[in-house]
Amino acid sequence: MSVVVKTIARILVPVILVFGGYVILHGHLTPGGGFQGGAVAASAVALLLVAFGAPAVKRLKAPFSVLEDLGGIAFVVLAFLGLGFTFFANSLAGMGGLFGAPVPTGPNAGILNSGGTVPLMNWAVGFKVLGGLGAVMVLFGLFGGDDDR
Amino acid sequence: MRRWGVVVTFLIVAGCLLLGAARMRPFGAPRYDLMDRYFNAFSQREAATNNVVTAIVFDYRGYDTLGEATVLFTAVIGVALVLRRLTR
Repeated sequence: MSVVVKTIARILVPVILVFGGYVILHGHLTPGGGFQGGAVAASAVALLLVAFGAPAVKRLKAPFSVLEDLGGIAFVVLAFLGLGFTFFANSLAGMGGLFGAPVPTGPNAGILNSGGTVPLMNWAVGFKVLGGLGAVMVLFGLFGGDDDR
Repeated sequence: MRRWGVVVTFLIVAGCLLLGAARMRPFGAPRYDLMDRYFNAFSQREAATNNVVTAIVFDYRGYDTLGEATVLFTAVIGVALVLRRLTR
């Protein structure tokens, strides 16, 4: 692509990644969550693919498959954390510590440090979606037909 | 013959849709709202999550999310299997 597209992509990719991280981080407070934030972050990969081409993105050596595997494993491990009660029980909610602040009932603005395992699962699923969609897009860019630039 | 098949299919589908539309409840009024009221009342207390949708997706119905993650994983595996170099 032309210099204009490459320059705009260099400016926009960090913004898109930060917005995806924001959607994942506030998944337990505002609309959005792991899937949505991961898809937003993966759109940055799509922008890189359009602007620089698949071989350049492959040369970055982004660990997409590792992200996907780690996200899935972290999700299942977080689900097993609640096994004392049931599978997928929210064992960290309201216990203090990381994401353990008590939540006031009724309408309120929300506390970021609340939610128990839900924000951690959001991060796991977000990285999983980013890794999966990124790997699929890079594979399509590398092997999916001729380059028509 | 084929035109008659199209007409009969159209009539059956349109009749079913019209039957469903005639018996429709007012907008936003489900027949059973017990689970809705339960989630609205208890999701903050049980899941410590203000976003009720996230509480359902990641806490109450975590198995569903696990299946979705498995679907995504399978899709990635399939794409990686189809789009690979056969000769090295």
